[in-house]
Amino acid sequence: MNAALEWIKAYVPDLSCSDQEFMDKMTLSGTKCEGYERMDKNLEKIVIGQIQKIEKHPDADKLIICQVDVGNEVIQIVTGAPNVKEGDKVPVVLDGGKVAGGHDGGPLPEDGIVIKAGKLRGIPSNGMMCSIEELGSDRNMYPEAPEYGIYIFPEDAVVGADAIEALGLHNTKFEFEVTSNRVDCYSILGIAREAAATFDKPFHAPSVSVKGNDENVEDYISVKVEDKDLCTRYCARVVKNIKIAPSPVWMQRRLASSGIRPINNLVDITNYVMEEYGQPMHAYDLDTIAGKQIIVKRAKDGDEFVTLDGQTRTLDSDVLMICDAEKQIGLAGIMGGDNSKITDDVKTVLFEAATFNGANIRKASKRVGLRSDASGKFEKGLDPRNAQEAIDRACQLIEELGCGEVVGGMVDVKEPFKELVRLPFMPEKYNALLGTDIDKDTMLSIFQKIEVAYDENTNELICPSFRQDLLGQADIAEEVARFYGYDKIPMTLPSGEATTGKLPYKLRIEEKAREIAVFSGFSQGMCYSFESPKVFDKLLLPADSELRNAIRISNPLGEDFSIMRTISLNGMLTSLATNYNRRNKDVKLFELANIYVPKALPLTELPDERMQFTLGFYGDGDFFTMKGVIEEFLESVGMSDKKEYDPKAGKPFLHPGRQANILYKGTVLGYLGEVHPLVLDNYGIGTRAYVAVLDMPSVEPFTTFDRKFEGIARFPAVSRDLSMVVPREVLVGQIEAVIAQRGGKILEGYELFDVYEGEQIKEGFKSVAYSLTFRAKDRTLEENDIAGAMKKILNGLTAMGIELRQ
Amino acid sequence: MSNSKSAKRGVCEADGITNERGTKMSTISCLGKERMNNMKDKLAKIKEAAIKQIENSQTLEQLNEVRVSQLGKKGALTEILKSMKDVAPEDRPKVGQLVNETRAEIEQILEESKKKMEALVREAKIKKETIDVTLPAKKSNVGHLHPNVVALDEVERIFIGMGYEVVEGPEVERDYYNFEALNIPADHPAKDEQDTFYINSDILLRTQTSSTQVHEMEKGKLPIRMIAPGRVFRADEVDATHSPSFHQVEGLVIDKHITFADLKGTLAEFAKELFGEDTKVKFRPHHFPFTEPSAEMDVTCFKCGGKGCRFCKGEGWIEILGCGMVHPHVLEMSGIDPEEYTGFAFGVGLERITLLKYEIDDMRLLYENDIRFLKQF
Repeated sequence: MNAALEWIKAYVPDLSCSDQEFMDKMTLSGTKCEGYERMDKNLEKIVIGQIQKIEKHPDADKLIICQVDVGNEVIQIVTGAPNVKEGDKVPVVLDGGKVAGGHDGGPLPEDGIVIKAGKLRGIPSNGMMCSIEELGSDRNMYPEAPEYGIYIFPEDAVVGADAIEALGLHNTKFEFEVTSNRVDCYSILGIAREAAATFDKPFHAPSVSVKGNDENVEDYISVKVEDKDLCTRYCARVVKNIKIAPSPVWMQRRLASSGIRPINNLVDITNYVMEEYGQPMHAYDLDTIAGKQIIVKRAKDGDEFVTLDGQTRTLDSDVLMICDAEKQIGLAGIMGGDNSKITDDVKTVLFEAATFNGANIRKASKRVGLRSDASGKFEKGLDPRNAQEAIDRACQLIEELGCGEVVGGMVDVKEPFKELVRLPFMPEKYNALLGTDIDKDTMLSIFQKIEVAYDENTNELICPSFRQDLLGQADIAEEVARFYGYDKIPMTLPSGEATTGKLPYKLRIEEKAREIAVFSGFSQGMCYSFESPKVFDKLLLPADSELRNAIRISNPLGEDFSIMRTISLNGMLTSLATNYNRRNKDVKLFELANIYVPKALPLTELPDERMQFTLGFYGDGDFFTMKGVIEEFLESVGMSDKKEYDPKAGKPFLHPGRQANILYKGTVLGYLGEVHPLVLDNYGIGTRAYVAVLDMPSVEPFTTFDRKFEGIARFPAVSRDLSMVVPREVLVGQIEAVIAQRGGKILEGYELFDVYEGEQIKEGFKSVAYSLTFRAKDRTLEENDIAGAMKKILNGLTAMGIELRQ
Repeated sequence: MSNSKSAKRGVCEADGITNERGTKMSTISCLGKERMNNMKDKLAKIKEAAIKQIENSQTLEQLNEVRVSQLGKKGALTEILKSMKDVAPEDRPKVGQLVNETRAEIEQILEESKKKMEALVREAKIKKETIDVTLPAKKSNVGHLHPNVVALDEVERIFIGMGYEVVEGPEVERDYYNFEALNIPADHPAKDEQDTFYINSDILLRTQTSSTQVHEMEKGKLPIRMIAPGRVFRADEVDATHSPSFHQVEGLVIDKHITFADLKGTLAEFAKELFGEDTKVKFRPHHFPFTEPSAEMDVTCFKCGGKGCRFCKGEGWIEILGCGMVHPHVLEMSGIDPEEYTGFAFGVGLERITLLKYEIDDMRLLYENDIRFLKQF
């Protein structure tokens, strides 16, 4: 909402403060001001001058030499402007003055343009005559300005006077951010009311009275509202003998300061009232209305209607229409029809000021794909009491500006108004909520400023109808706080029962994951939760893959953001690819974020949100580097048993010979592997990359932060090396399972120290060597203890076709 | 071996006596008083020879050879002791004492020389080991946390310290929890489809972590002091200042006698912890459907301290969060009696804090995961 100070001051004449002060105080009282712009910025030493004499420039065909009376002297100005003649009154910037922009109307330079006396083609020029663009404005706001050339004042302009004053530019435009609950503040009057309360100055509402002629409006028009749920009030007045003309300068200037282009008196008046009261109005050419009748009713599905912008709109039964006896003539609250629009030879006008259901207007404007200034206001839900005030104000202006003859009376079809909200006045309650000690009288004086009445007899507060946001005691408490001053409310800390701050177990596990990943050299990335369905193809997932059952967003930003991810790898691979393309070396990333697994599609229940610990890297490291990080993490969360790896993970996006499911106590926790070369191609990663994904909900049940000190071994360990020739297809994991199982209690650990294939080893076999450590907690081991354990292990291995190496 | 041989030979020469046991015996057997003096001379000679050898030693090994040759089993002193049986019994203690004294003296000299020599060796070694300390460090190349997470950790730390529990809620959420239970009824403009990603008419991607408030209140366990960090979604196109997915931290306190003053005090404390002790806060009235009264909080610009700079666009203040007293209707809908309990809530945009705190000028950087970016946090 934009509002110029000059217009606000029309209703709060005592207001006197700097622009900055106005902005700050309005913001602190709740009408947030985003900024302001002085309309006379960079306009200095500019007066009204009158051209006394024009001569040709001796050396330039396109230049003329003007003698200009600027009040106290006559100065010589050379100009190239084509439109001036002797006698014209023009804005003149004097030597050393400033203008806001160039004559071409381009972007305005921050510090304006300084004008100095000089010579043009050898002839002295002691100032400059200005176009409207040079004054920082344009022809939209000053339609009387010529398309190209110097702005020319009306004949009654005073020579030597301040030209900026005459143009109404000593003014400041403020930009307010009005919150959605304050519908009343989408109007100059609403802002002015807040300003009056904020600065504690009297507020003067316009005094509205319409003379009207002796005729009765009901002889011109009748109104019938069929769908009363969507139209709670419809006010209509008629104006005849319309004389279309430009509106007066003061009105044009105010509209311009609100960013509205002046057009003619009739249009300007409706716009003016809409800005002033926040009530949109519409004007119909009465002669186009059949049967002298207005009917307000829902459209039928499939109806088509041409709005006054010439577009054909398809309607449905949610769209409310204004109709005459025969046809539809307007989209209620959104835009009038082409068939009833005002033309330059309009004779009689029907004014409409109505109150429509806000939610319906928002819905309807979306349905027909048209949002107008009017619908933007209606959709917030307007006060029906405002409609009559606004239509009368418009007719008053019609009369004052001699724009036509207002027919007596108003057609007013309305539902009963909602009762004004009455609330018991409870000062203790407000203080208890705010933590303040504001006395009753201070509160009452605040209510007076904001037009909340106090009924002493019932001890009730009566909220004004334009304050539709005041519904309960908390709302009243806020009004007290606003005008008492948020800054004056003390700062305390909550008293009462002490609570323990804590991080839930799930987050502690995630914190550990982060810690281990970071220590292992991985940096944390963040990816979007939604992605493209093409991802599944990029990851080579088969057509029947369960992962393809993803939740679709019904209104995505685009296909690329249309499904909720069911697998976290795309984000990781995309991030690795970004780094690869930017030639970053040795990139290690991890992510902790959810995937969204639907229980059934279409979605009826909320999906399963599963936290994924995803790691990925390229460069320094290999499969086993990744495996190391996984094990470090699992051990850090108390999972000290053996982690198992099943190479038959069946992940199509991983290298078939370099992938594994990660298992713990028989449960699959996730997988790791080298990315499949085709997938690398799909992502444009030109080097081997490794990924791992741990499904945290699967991990969590095995985790613990409990630890028990097991003592430090006091008896010596004995180690034995075990060198084997093993069939190639036997995995070391299988060998380790045998060692672990058969080694017994005294087996403390085992370490693989060599795997070798090639010369000296027979075809189809590999050499594998382990170092085994035995130790007992309570004694020094004897040779036969170890021999027994070794024998058991060897028996187990022999059964797998493993031979001891000679 | 060759060293010890030569050392032995050296001793013999110094002694002037033969190595043959028989010869020695015959020499000593005829000792009297005179012989005692003779013995003293011998010992003095041995000592003198030892000192000379010690002085001539260049290395610890050579010193050790001196020890062996003089004091060892086959050394000169031992030889004298071995010949003791030839000494008259009454002289034996005297001779023994003399020999031991000599041995102690030699040992002492040996020890001193050894220490000196060891010191020299150590010095030489240390000198040789001097390194160029300006050579590059060998780092273990630890990774880096995402700046959002660094900021979130800080926020969590502050509130956990104030007795708040961290809770989580679903990202894919029911309409009721995201809107209706927060006093945003069906026809409210805030519900506009423009801003919300819908799955269907009932299920959506949460637009605010405030939905977690409702879940927490519905549990019926009072008082509540919680923060709920998490991912939220709005249908904004990606640009330097917008992302369709970002993070919020919601806070909620519900108890008897909670006041707006408590809200101000708590958030002022938070701002000081997060941005520094000198940070001041400013509360401006605002509107949120689920709080009343509502406010937005500004903090003094942490770059210029409030004087006004390019960073705060000359205003000296930076908007940081929205907050307010929980709307009685919201309490009621979640089964809490607003006559008995009051509370406050606040919502912080995590990215906003991250961008401000680390002066990141483009939000897209947060989701690109360029390692050169991540390494800076």
